[in-house]
Amino acid sequence: MNPTALTVHAALARLSAGELRASELVRAYLDRIDALDPTIRAYLAVSREAALEQAVAADERWRAGNGVRPLEGIPLALKDVLCTRGVRTTCGSRILADFVPPYDATVVVRLSAAGAIVLGKTNMDEFAMGSSTENSAFHPTRNPWALDRVPGGSSGGSAAAVAADLAAGALGTDTGGSIRQPAALCGVVGLKPTYGRVSRYGLVAFASSLDQVGPIGKDVRDAALLLEAIAGHDPMDSTSADQPVPDYQAALGQGVEGLRVGIPNEYFVEGMDPEVEAAVWEAVRVLEKLGARPARVSLPHTPYAVAAYYLIAPAEASSNLARYDGVKYGYRAPGGKDVIEMYGRTRAEGFGPEVKRRIMLGTYALSAGYYEAYYGKAQRVRTLIRRDFERAFAEVDVIVTPTSPSAAFRLGEKTEDPLQMYLSDIFTISVNLAGLPGVSLPCGFTAAGLPIGLQLIGQAFDEATLLRVAHAYEQATDWHTRRPPRAAGEAP
Amino acid sequence: MREPKISLAEVEHVARLARLLLSPAEKERMRSQLDTILAYIDTLRQLDTTDVEPTSHVVPMVNVMREDEVRPSYPQEAMLANAPDRAGEFFRVPKILEEEG
Repeated sequence: MNPTALTVHAALARLSAGELRASELVRAYLDRIDALDPTIRAYLAVSREAALEQAVAADERWRAGNGVRPLEGIPLALKDVLCTRGVRTTCGSRILADFVPPYDATVVVRLSAAGAIVLGKTNMDEFAMGSSTENSAFHPTRNPWALDRVPGGSSGGSAAAVAADLAAGALGTDTGGSIRQPAALCGVVGLKPTYGRVSRYGLVAFASSLDQVGPIGKDVRDAALLLEAIAGHDPMDSTSADQPVPDYQAALGQGVEGLRVGIPNEYFVEGMDPEVEAAVWEAVRVLEKLGARPARVSLPHTPYAVAAYYLIAPAEASSNLARYDGVKYGYRAPGGKDVIEMYGRTRAEGFGPEVKRRIMLGTYALSAGYYEAYYGKAQRVRTLIRRDFERAFAEVDVIVTPTSPSAAFRLGEKTEDPLQMYLSDIFTISVNLAGLPGVSLPCGFTAAGLPIGLQLIGQAFDEATLLRVAHAYEQATDWHTRRPPRAAGEAP
Repeated sequence: MREPKISLAEVEHVARLARLLLSPAEKERMRSQLDTILAYIDTLRQLDTTDVEPTSHVVPMVNVMREDEVRPSYPQEAMLANAPDRAGEFFRVPKILEEEG
């Protein structure tokens, strides 16, 4: 078996038993990246030498048998929105094409401290704005399950890398679904933690009241392992919560007997792919057979979530992205006759169309005369959405929904219609607005062979229950063991 | 036909606020796309939110303070390394004039 197909926990077991060396594992991934990534294009940059060097050090620790850390020698990929010291961090944008951060994001420090090895930085929609990774300023990424389709976005490179065995696991970020939707479209597990669960120090900001960093893995146990490595309070991020991090792996295997599972009426709407709907209902039946108690719940303000989100997120983005002015770092356009013209040209040439659209939308929503009608209104609707969840969680332990209304769509299918692209996040956006944790995991395939994602939503800081339910479902099915044709070993 | 949600003049005004120099073609395209998006966003008007408090942040949180103590900071050279233009220990920028109009 090619070691690149191993889950993180299986690889750790082999490393521990001396049946596999970290340098073999890293080399296998680098070879596979050489063979497949010219087609998939999940990576923007690969840190070959550094990864091989770290693998030698990891081999030494495994051999010595002491000082072995929880992810010793595990090769991972990082979304290119996470700062890596001395390694270019572009955010998928022309404006940061040559930006080399002087420091590491806290999640990167934590993964390194846990012994993980960074293989490279993955492709994404520019500044994490998008649902298909087609907004990358550099190149699109292909879905390993069907090369004419998108991997989802904005963490499309990370999800495709995990699905195609180009990394053992990865980190993504999720502002409106950017971990869960690509995980669903690529047939892997993606978890968005509770707002405040994971430090955002060194995560390039998009919408500060919504952004979270989270893991993408081949199975639920891997997601639990990676979350445990990155979660917890960070003095460098004043929005990170000072709450203890539970042993997430201990939650796995406890089953779902007696747990109440809510099915929101508003998530089964017209326009949803019937194959997706059928797969999700089948998943509910599986959970019921395992002893869970399904119940209908109502989240009545769901139809307003996308509209509220597309005021709040662009408003915050327009403010966060004001820093790209061609002065301290990043691209500067030549030829401005004064500083104002230099700003205008730099931003016009440095940002792509979607980023400009959101900056415009956000600036408009915050501008004099419109603030209360748009931004203020959206914040009030956000309160209603949050209360919907509070009421639902008085009756159930987790909520089950589809992750995305359809399986992977075709490259180019939605690029000309921004609103249609926005609506592909219709089931994930509310979770960010409410600050809750959500996970997507595989729950079936369409007749055309495309993965379908199941979303589980939990209460704030209760990732343990979320992982427990996800794991019980996963172990009762075999969706997570299926590999895309590109990962099965054929030449590209 | 419904009333347009946003005019070309408003697009130009907002682009100026956002420091985005848009081409005439970009402005027209932006107007039409923002118009579609804003028309969709108008569904929020159906909701009565008179007595609803706004949520700016989901986690109840007050200002987070730390001791005001001297700590090492990044060396000047590291902070200037990414500058598009510099003069010695300074960031260099084009002339700053009064904004037109």
